[in-house]
Amino acid sequence: MVEKIKNYFITNYLGISTGFSLFLFIFIIPQLFEDSDLIISLIRGIIFSIVVGYLVYKFLLFRRNNPNFVPSESKLVVDAGGSLVAIIVGLLFGLLLMLLVNPGQAFYGFSIILRGGLNRNFKSLGDMIFFSVPIILTGLSVAFAFRTGLFNIGATGQLTMGAFVAVFIGVEWGALGEIHPLLHWGTALLFAMIAGGLFGAIPGLLKAYRNVNEVVASIMLNYVAMYLNTMLIVAYIYNRDYARALDIEETAITPIMNLDLIFPGSAINGGIVVAVIVVIILHIILNKTTFGYELKAVGFNRNASKYAGMNSKRNIVYAMMISGAVAGLAGGLMFLVAGKHLKPENILIPEGFTGIAISLLGLSSPIGVLLAGLFYGSLQQGGYYLQLLNFTPEIIDIIIAVIIYASALGLVLQKFVKMILKRKFLEKEDGEPQDLAVEGSDE
Amino acid sequence: MDIDTLYFIIPLVIASTVPLALVALGALFSERSGVINIALEGIMLMGAFVGAIVIYYLEPTGLSDVMIAFFGLLVGAIIGMLFSVLHAFAAVNMRANQIISATALNMFAPAFAIFIARTFFGTQRVPISRTYRISSVPILGDIPFIGDLFFQGAYLSSLLGIIIFVVAVLILYKTKQGLRLRSCGENPQAADTLGINIYKIRYAGVMTSGALAGMGGVIFVLSFSTSFNATVSGFGFLALAVLIFGNWKPGRIIMAALFFGFMRVISSTTAVIPFLNDLGLDDEIYLMLPYLATLIVLAFVSKNSAAPRAAGEPYDPGKR
Repeated sequence: MVEKIKNYFITNYLGISTGFSLFLFIFIIPQLFEDSDLIISLIRGIIFSIVVGYLVYKFLLFRRNNPNFVPSESKLVVDAGGSLVAIIVGLLFGLLLMLLVNPGQAFYGFSIILRGGLNRNFKSLGDMIFFSVPIILTGLSVAFAFRTGLFNIGATGQLTMGAFVAVFIGVEWGALGEIHPLLHWGTALLFAMIAGGLFGAIPGLLKAYRNVNEVVASIMLNYVAMYLNTMLIVAYIYNRDYARALDIEETAITPIMNLDLIFPGSAINGGIVVAVIVVIILHIILNKTTFGYELKAVGFNRNASKYAGMNSKRNIVYAMMISGAVAGLAGGLMFLVAGKHLKPENILIPEGFTGIAISLLGLSSPIGVLLAGLFYGSLQQGGYYLQLLNFTPEIIDIIIAVIIYASALGLVLQKFVKMILKRKFLEKEDGEPQDLAVEGSDE
Repeated sequence: MDIDTLYFIIPLVIASTVPLALVALGALFSERSGVINIALEGIMLMGAFVGAIVIYYLEPTGLSDVMIAFFGLLVGAIIGMLFSVLHAFAAVNMRANQIISATALNMFAPAFAIFIARTFFGTQRVPISRTYRISSVPILGDIPFIGDLFFQGAYLSSLLGIIIFVVAVLILYKTKQGLRLRSCGENPQAADTLGINIYKIRYAGVMTSGALAGMGGVIFVLSFSTSFNATVSGFGFLALAVLIFGNWKPGRIIMAALFFGFMRVISSTTAVIPFLNDLGLDDEIYLMLPYLATLIVLAFVSKNSAAPRAAGEPYDPGKR
């Protein structure tokens, strides 16, 4: 009887109590720093405690229902653990660098990075979400191609083409806006997707029909897009006085969708809604449709999928096209913003490359990419606030680069995670889990 | 095109050809040993950054130009080599995805350069005050016409670069070590059975490519600007295009580098060349052409490609 009550308590209330203590921890700690306001730390505490409490609860429930589950044998657990270790390695490297450069402010600066977008108030949270939108989308673009076994390093070029087309329509097709603003904005985004998709299809076609390595082709196309962009801006939508593209019409600016009510004063707009919709669509395509199944099959083994009667060539082209369209959408959303201008300066837009990092951290799954993108946005926001101290925001890029490098060494990380999990599991072998197992079989 | 324009253009073409050819040769070393190295951009940048700092500190010491340029190149090469070890470790020991680890290096380099420069110099620019040209190469500069064209007003770094290019090609094609390296990129399993240490050779290949790229970065800075500003303008990726366009062969790499370098020079000098000015094309067309040409080569000539067969694949002893 006592045993039963104990188990019931463990599964149902341990999560909640963990969440609650974490809430206290997170609620009280920020008060030690003066730059947090009360409401945001309260909200942060509640969100964190609900999420953590729910996860702990789910975990315990899962352990009870699957007594024979060995975490070190689960691919998802090991992979996610690998991502986590990579993030920790990257952050520690950042801390080390900060300690070397400016030891006095290093720990305070590091705490700013960690708090990131949750640093101050809803403005910073809104800004964080705003800046993570293009990153989430390029991450999705890279991830989608990756699931088909393709490495789309050309997201930058596709994004650039999408951005140009969106801005062009935003500047020139004001007549659409007079009918309805949504028509103008929507058309611009749609054509941005088409432009990105067509540009992405080129390496796909080359890969499928000429067996050209898509990485090399994409790199070349990135530069073609960069120069093409400069050329087209100067030819069609150039504002000579400011050396940038002309201002887009008001009707082409991404609508705010009332999000400013939740995040007053921030740069947030409806882009995040579009990004979440794309996450859901890609999740459904990959996991619930025959088409997605075929794409993944081609990714696992091109020859086997061919043998099974799938058209691997066509699938490669489609995958690159969808990947390019998502990157083009990112470009559209990036530049259909008031006060942001495309410039003819022959520089590769870095968001495309960041997408590779996000895709890796998110384990190439749409939902993982969404989380990783928000994480990156938070880091970036932390880097922005870091300028208040004597640090350069580039520390964030350094951290991200180290995280990618560490996750490239996936094999070691995963071994490490497996080792830790195994040790933990074996320790508990003769204790808690078996009690839970008995309880589970009773019901 | 009259003779004055030629005098004006040729030194510029040489200045951009040399770093391209050198870095492309670096890529060749790496790929011939079986490791794809698209981190060249980042490695070049690292070499250029540290090389520029060394030159910045050596300039007031009163060393001669030759010595300063030499030390700059040397440091660039060492830094490039050390930085490329990271890629070699990931690609060879860890069997990591070589594109991903290279992308990490490419992201790391500019961020690191800006971070360090801003922290210690207050600005992200590392200034270089002298131009490191020599008025005339002894003997060769006195040859009529050709001497004027090629050996007067040339950059010191270009000349050093040409010498290093020749030496590197000789090592790759005329020595035992070079032969071993090339075998690792074609059939590492066979090479292994003959007692060649694949891991060691691949490390050597990647590190040589790192050294050449780092040196190329310093040459880039010395020939194109009076300061280093955390960029090498995509020369690392362009060198990759040179390698492909040159079909993985040193002789052709030089031709490709000349063509690509020529296009870059033309793009910035259309205004002063009457013929091109009349043509009225955008400068970007000339800049774009090398990449488009490479794509076309990839698409239509890939059957005759001399690309190393095992490039990009981690070595698996189990496949012997």
